[in-house]
Amino acid sequence: MTMTLEELQGIARIEQDRQGGFSHHVNVCIAAGCLSCQSGQVRAAFEKEVARRGLENWCQVKGVGCLGLCTAGPLVAVEPAGTLYQNVAVGDVPELLDALGASPVARLDAADHAGFFERQRKIVLENCGRIDPERIEDYIAEEGYQALYQALRGMSPREVIDQVTVSGLRGRGGAGFPTGLKWTTVAKAPEGEKYVICNADEGDPGAFMDRSVLESDPQRVLEGMAIAAYAVGASRGYLYVRAEYPLAVKRLRTAIAQAERLGLLGRDIFNTPFGFEVKVRLGAGAFVCGEETALIASIEGRLGRPRPRPPFPAEFGLWGRPTLINNVETFANIPPIIRKGGEWFAGIGTAKSKGTKVFALAGRIRNTGLIEVPMGTPLREIVFEIGGGIPDGRRFKAVQTGGPSGGCIPEQFLDMPVDYESLAQVGSIMGSGGMIVMDDSSCMVDVARFFIEFCMSESCGKCAPCRVGTAQIHHLLAKITRGAGRPADLTLLEELCDLVRHTSLCGLGQTAPNPVMSTLHYFREEYTAHIEERRCLAGTCRAASLEEAL
Amino acid sequence: MPTARRAADAAPKPSEDRRWRLVNRTMRLHGHKPDALIETLHVVQESFGFLDEESLRYVAAALQVPLSRVYAVATFYHYFSLKPPGVHTCVICLGTACYIGGASGILEHIQETHGIAPGETTADQQISLVTARCLGSCGLAPAGVFDGEVAGKLKPETVLDKLGRWARHDHDA
Repeated sequence: MTMTLEELQGIARIEQDRQGGFSHHVNVCIAAGCLSCQSGQVRAAFEKEVARRGLENWCQVKGVGCLGLCTAGPLVAVEPAGTLYQNVAVGDVPELLDALGASPVARLDAADHAGFFERQRKIVLENCGRIDPERIEDYIAEEGYQALYQALRGMSPREVIDQVTVSGLRGRGGAGFPTGLKWTTVAKAPEGEKYVICNADEGDPGAFMDRSVLESDPQRVLEGMAIAAYAVGASRGYLYVRAEYPLAVKRLRTAIAQAERLGLLGRDIFNTPFGFEVKVRLGAGAFVCGEETALIASIEGRLGRPRPRPPFPAEFGLWGRPTLINNVETFANIPPIIRKGGEWFAGIGTAKSKGTKVFALAGRIRNTGLIEVPMGTPLREIVFEIGGGIPDGRRFKAVQTGGPSGGCIPEQFLDMPVDYESLAQVGSIMGSGGMIVMDDSSCMVDVARFFIEFCMSESCGKCAPCRVGTAQIHHLLAKITRGAGRPADLTLLEELCDLVRHTSLCGLGQTAPNPVMSTLHYFREEYTAHIEERRCLAGTCRAASLEEAL
Repeated sequence: MPTARRAADAAPKPSEDRRWRLVNRTMRLHGHKPDALIETLHVVQESFGFLDEESLRYVAAALQVPLSRVYAVATFYHYFSLKPPGVHTCVICLGTACYIGGASGILEHIQETHGIAPGETTADQQISLVTARCLGSCGLAPAGVFDGEVAGKLKPETVLDKLGRWARHDHDA
């Protein structure tokens, strides 16, 4: 079937009326974080209790995507009161229902976390925690698929790309390549079969932005992909998702089936000749598959090994055809850009980094969870106001961005605005958005060793600098944390890092030395303390092994 | 793969075991094209718990992919396992947030008490210990998965308690 605008608006209206008919809404977070604290049972308890009291027409109980403050789960948001409850247990349900329309239950009120929410600005996450990720109608009621309609019926592919170019959107996978430019290259490739791929192989340890978006608002990503396909002239797409995210995979599959049923994916969308078909492909636990040429090889059923570029996938990608690859968050930014215009998006953020960025805030910080802030927000604001600072009276030491490809940023740069350029200047990268805060109990040498061990075991083995170099760096760092390091090892480390960085084939090897180089630069005293005094300043490298070395 | 071969000998032939129907269906949906390899191996592992030699040979023949490539893919990707898992599986996340949060200490406790390192299974085939790169549950670090159920804010005592019940064959574990 094909859908018309009237039908789309009809679905939206029916859904809005249905939801508007309730006096109260109880939104229970059912993203993976809260589910692992039994939010599924809390939701069931609410449904049961509401039915027992005969309040089904008065109070709606809904499962929603990520409410952000993962550390305090299970989270329950009550509307229209605007109350957020934290650490809700099944036993609290009757009390919370009693409080509907009255003053909130102070014991569970998350009001003391207000700072976490106040400074955020949500574009990518605007539906997260508001809509039911398993019902397309709920997405349509929030202007879902209107951008696709607008693009297909009112804009030429060129005009769509122009809006994306004007918006200044840059790839959210980490490297920050201008999205409009990428789309233009694929659009310009000779006609014929082209592909759109969504990179959801979120392999960075410490990153869960893409997972949350897929679990909370999967339709948004599909709509973004469909718009991209129209703009570049593709009719088929693949979503490459980590197999480690079973819930995201399940919700995506549900979302695709629902969109196909309504004719929002498939042939002749909105009565136009444009058709788009999406398939999910599962990753199999290889970090290197986040690299685009390795990802393509994996979709083709082969070993996920990168190949030299050029030719870039935009010219020679999946099965040798022109292919557009963007990250989940990049696609999720597209529908609002089309709905509100590129100029609107370009008005947010800094001169060279536009829009917002989603970060997964974790580590030694009070409020761990998922946040979205305008580009250019100072690190200090993220760590101390949104994040609530360091718990247990400890001292801030560093914040790590960009995962194994990024670096550790010390205290002196806390007032730096977060954007692609500033992060690169201090030796880190934006990365996909993992942000791990460390306090004085984390040994920076050990952190560097942890990351290089990760890169060493994830190296695909194709090129020698990465395969052998990361192993040698790891060997040296392990020696130092064991207390057997020599002063000359530091020079050797620096030489090795330089070599691996400049001679590796793909991004994995080229960026693998970053965590080592940035800690060597900013926390050199920790390295020398291990080597000269056989002492770990943070006290995490085992005293026993250090003493043995003496 | 001596263990895998013994398991394969005992297993019914592809035509007899209904679990193969799912595998065959997946390959059919992909038109038996070589690029269905990874998708098919996922279904084999989901159905049988691991990839044994017989299934690798079977998939290779059905998709007309050289056995060497099937073996290469099965060993390249961490998600695939060539060894049968224990009755219970404990996954400990070693993502950055979990590492900072003390996940390696939990692993040490497990090794001391149950004598298994990551990737190993206890001698009585009860418990397999696996590490994950990142479960994406960083907000609840350190996190783990116990027989498919994600649990966060782990402490060595609670993990050992859980594993202890598994080891004693408690039915409510």
